[in-house]
Amino acid sequence: MQSIGRPTQPADTIGVGAPATVLGHRGLDHEEALIFELGASGRCGVDLDTPAPVASRLGPHARKAPVGLPGLSEPQVVRHYVRLSRRNYAIDMGLYPLGSCTMKHNPRLNEKMARLPGFADLHPLAPMSTVQGAFALMDELARWLTTLTGMPGVALSPKAGAHGELCGLMAIRAAHEASGQAGVRKRVLVPESAHGTNPATAAFCGYEVDPIPANAEGRVDLAAFMARLGPDVAAVMLTNPNTCGLFERDIVAIAEAAHGAGAYLYCDGANFNAIVGRVRPGDLGIDAMHINLHKTFSTPHGGGGPGSGPVVLSAALAPFAPVPFLVREGDGFRLVEEAAAGAAPFGRMAAFHGQMGMFVRALAYMMSHGADGLRQVAEDAVLNANYVLASLKDVMTAPFEGPCMHEALFDDGFLKDTGVSTLDFAKAMIDEGFHPMTMYFPLVVHGALLIEPTETESRETLDDFIRVLRTLVARATSGDTAHFAAAPVLAPRRRLDETLAARRPVLRWRPPALDKAAE
Amino acid sequence: MRYLPLTGDDRSAMLARIGVADIDALFRDVPQVARLNGPVDLPHHAGEMDVERRLVAMAARNLAAGQAACFLGGGAYRHHVPASVDHLIQRSEFLTSYTPYQPEISQGTLQYLFEFQTQVALLTGMDVANASMYDGSTACAEAVQMAERITRRTRSVLSGGLHPHYAEVVRTMAADGHEMVSLAPSPQAAVTAEEIAGLIDDATACVVVQSPDVFGNIVDLAPIAAATHARGALLVVVVTEVVSLGAIEPPGHQGADIVVGEGQSLGVGLNFGGPYLGLFATREKYVRQMPGRLCGETVDAEGRRGFVLTLSTREQHIRREKATSNICTNAGLCSLAFTIHLSLLGETGLARLAGLNHAAAATLEARLAQIKGVQPLNATFFNEFTLRLPRAAAPVVEELAARGVLGGVPASRLWPDDPDLADLLIVAATETNTPADIERFASALAEVL
Repeated sequence: MQSIGRPTQPADTIGVGAPATVLGHRGLDHEEALIFELGASGRCGVDLDTPAPVASRLGPHARKAPVGLPGLSEPQVVRHYVRLSRRNYAIDMGLYPLGSCTMKHNPRLNEKMARLPGFADLHPLAPMSTVQGAFALMDELARWLTTLTGMPGVALSPKAGAHGELCGLMAIRAAHEASGQAGVRKRVLVPESAHGTNPATAAFCGYEVDPIPANAEGRVDLAAFMARLGPDVAAVMLTNPNTCGLFERDIVAIAEAAHGAGAYLYCDGANFNAIVGRVRPGDLGIDAMHINLHKTFSTPHGGGGPGSGPVVLSAALAPFAPVPFLVREGDGFRLVEEAAAGAAPFGRMAAFHGQMGMFVRALAYMMSHGADGLRQVAEDAVLNANYVLASLKDVMTAPFEGPCMHEALFDDGFLKDTGVSTLDFAKAMIDEGFHPMTMYFPLVVHGALLIEPTETESRETLDDFIRVLRTLVARATSGDTAHFAAAPVLAPRRRLDETLAARRPVLRWRPPALDKAAE
Repeated sequence: MRYLPLTGDDRSAMLARIGVADIDALFRDVPQVARLNGPVDLPHHAGEMDVERRLVAMAARNLAAGQAACFLGGGAYRHHVPASVDHLIQRSEFLTSYTPYQPEISQGTLQYLFEFQTQVALLTGMDVANASMYDGSTACAEAVQMAERITRRTRSVLSGGLHPHYAEVVRTMAADGHEMVSLAPSPQAAVTAEEIAGLIDDATACVVVQSPDVFGNIVDLAPIAAATHARGALLVVVVTEVVSLGAIEPPGHQGADIVVGEGQSLGVGLNFGGPYLGLFATREKYVRQMPGRLCGETVDAEGRRGFVLTLSTREQHIRREKATSNICTNAGLCSLAFTIHLSLLGETGLARLAGLNHAAAATLEARLAQIKGVQPLNATFFNEFTLRLPRAAAPVVEELAARGVLGGVPASRLWPDDPDLADLLIVAATETNTPADIERFASALAEVL
C-alpha cells in the first residue's frame, strides 16, 4: 500500500542527453498510442460467424448508434499490450519492497491449477451435485485457514482485504445486535498507525472512529487505550504485526481488556506473513481477522487486484458469518444461500461465494509449503527484514528500537537538511532499477519509508538493494540534491504532474472532434 | 523449499549481522503463551507433481461447463475468451505488479486502466467510469450509497427485476436507519414507470433497475428515468450481462445517472463466481462522489503524455474515515482481460457477438416452446429468458445435469422462500451454444418433463 505523495512539478532540465528519435521510441522502450488511436473501421481481432437471421426479440430497445470502439486485428492488439506491459515494474523483474503489501513471488503452478477447466469453467449457480470437487477445495482451504489461525469459523466470500474488514465488523455489529447492545456500542477504537481502510470500514458500518495514539515504541499506547475503552465501544481494530513492522507486545492484555469491556477485537491480517505458522491469532484473543490471500498466500496482485479476503472468526462471532456458506451433507457439501437453523447470518457480501480463482491459487501455495514450509516463510520474511534494518540503520534513521517483524521502518531524519524528501529519495531508487518502498505511511512517523522484502528474496538481491540505498544516502547527504530532484530520468516517464491531473481531470479518451467540442 | 532462496549459511550469516543468536530472538515480542513450538497440524511441504495431482483430482470431480451443454446465466455467462487474452494477462509485468502508485514505472497498468475506463463509458453511454470494483453486486451497493451521498436522502427503491443476490448485498451494506424498498419479482414483464413512480417519494435517493432484468426482460428505462428525476432522485441501472450492450440501447442514453455492471462476460470467464469485474460509470458532475480508483491523463516533466491515479482525495488511504468508500484493492487484472477482449472485438466484433447471443437465445426459446407444458414468459429478451415448467424447476435441473445438460438456473435457487417461483427456469444462451447443444437441451427437457 502507499500513502501521500506530494504534487510534482515539471523539472526544467531535460533527460540525460538521450538522442531524439523519430517516433520517440528509445531502444526497447516503445512509445505507444492509446488503443483508440490505433484502430480502423473494417478490422476485427475475432472471427465470428454471421448471426443466423431470427425475428428480433429486443422489442423497441435495439441499439441506435455505434459504441465507438476501434477495430484492430489480433497482432495489433497483442503488440499493443505487450508494449504496454514493458512499461511496468513487476515482482518477476526485481525486489518490490512495498511495506504492508507483501510482494512475494507468485508461483506459476498456482496459475496453472486455477486454469484447470474443473475450476475455471464452473458456473457459480451450477447444480450442487456437479461441483462437489469445488466445494471440497473451499472446505480444504477453510481447514488450512482455521488451523493456521486457531479460529473456528471462516467466511470465504469477501473479495479483498477491505471487504473482509467490512465482513468482520458486520459480524461484530450483528453480535452486538443479538445481545441487545448495538444501540449503545457506537465507537470503534483504531490506532493512528492503521491502514486507511480500517477507519473507512468502521465509518462505513456507522461507527464513530476513535483514534488511539502510538507510544514511543511504535505500539499502541496501552494507557491511552485503557482510558478510551468503555461500555460504548463496539470493537477494537488492530493490525498485528502493526504497520510499523512491530509486534504488539501488549496484545493479550488489549484483548482481555476489550473483552472485559464487552467489545470484540478485530485484527487486520495484512501482515500475517510475519507470523504464519509461528503464531495463531486465535491464541492472542482475536475475534475476527481477514486474510489477504494476495499477500500472505501468494496470489498475484495483478496491478491492483483481484484480491481475496476470507475472514476467520472466533466461536462467538462464527454464527453471524454471511451467506453463502458450506455445510457438510451426507458425504458431500451443500451451499447454504439463506438463513438456516443454528446460524444467524448478517447478510451477504457479494453475489456469489468468493474468489474461487484465488482459493485455488492459495491452496496450491499452502500445499506446496506445507505446515513446515509456512513456518519457514514467516522466519525468512522476518529475517530478511531485520537484515535490511541492521544493514541500513547506521545511515538511515529507524524511529523505533528493533527487532522488527516482516518490514523495516525508517523516517526521513537521515534526510534532514539535505533538501531531499522521502519522495525524491524514492524516485532516485527507480533509476537504480528498484521499485521504491512504501512512502509516507504509516502516518505516525515523519516521511516514512517502509521496506518489506518478503521471504522470496535472496541474500544477494538484498545486498544489492542495501548497496544502492547506502550509496543514495551518501549522495543525498553529500549535497547532490539535483540528482534527486530530477529523478527518475531512466524510466519510461519522468515525474508526472499529479496536480494537473486532479485539477483538470481527463478520465477517458474522446474522439478529437468531441474533445474540441467539450472544451 | 523451491520458493525460498535463503540457505542455511545465508541464515547464519544474516543472524550474525543482525547480532542475534537465533531466529527466536527476532520473535521475542510475541507473548510466550502464543508461541507455537512446532508446525501446526497440517500436511508438510509437497513438490509440484504432488500438488498438481491432488488438485487435478479435485477438479476432476466437477462437471465443467465446457463438458456439458451449458445454458446457465443468472448473473454469470459463459463466453468464448480469445487465447491471446489469457496469454497477455499472464505477462509478468501485468500479473505480478502492484497498484500503480509509482506512475513512472507503472505506465503499462495506468494506460490500460485509462483505456478500460473509456471502454466502459462508451459501452454504458456514460461520461466517466472508474478503474473497476470487486464485482457487479458490490458495485451496485456502492452506487446506492453514492446516490444517497449526492441526494442526502436515505431511502432507495429496488426493482423486482434486480438479481436477488444484488438486492441482498445492497440491503446488507445499507447504513443504519436507511430504508430499502424492494418490489416483488415479476417474471412476466419488465418493470414499468407506473409501477415504480408510486414508490418514489421526496426521501428517495435512487431507484435501482436491472436491464435486462434477472428474468431476461429488457426494461424501458427512459420513462423510469423521467419519473425518478421528477422527484429529485437518481436512476441506478444494473447490467449483469455486459455483452447485451452491443445490441441494446445503453442506459446512459436513457437517463441513467449511475450505471453499474458485471463485466465477467468479457475476458474473465466463469471461475465459479470469482474473481469477477465490477463496472461503475456515472455522469461527469458526480465524479467526485465516486468510489474506487480513477486513472487520469497528465504530462510528465518533459511534457509527454502519461497517466496517474487521480482524485485520490476521495479514497481511504488519504481520507480515512471520511472516504467515499473503504475499497482499496479492485479487480485490476480482470479489467485488463476485459479491455483486451473488447479491443479484439472492436465495434464490428461486439455487434456480431451480441447478434450471435441473441440469435442463439431466440432459437432456443422457440425450440423449447414446442415442448408440451413449457411456457415462455418474456415479451423481450437479449440472451436470457424465463420458462414456466409444468413442475418444480430444481429437480428438473438435476435430472438435466445427469443427462449432460446444464439447463438453466431454477428461480428457487435465487428465491429459496418463494413457492410462486418454484416452477420457473431461467435459461441463457450464448455464442458458445451450438445447434446440437440446443437440440440436446430440448430433447433432454422433453424427456424429463
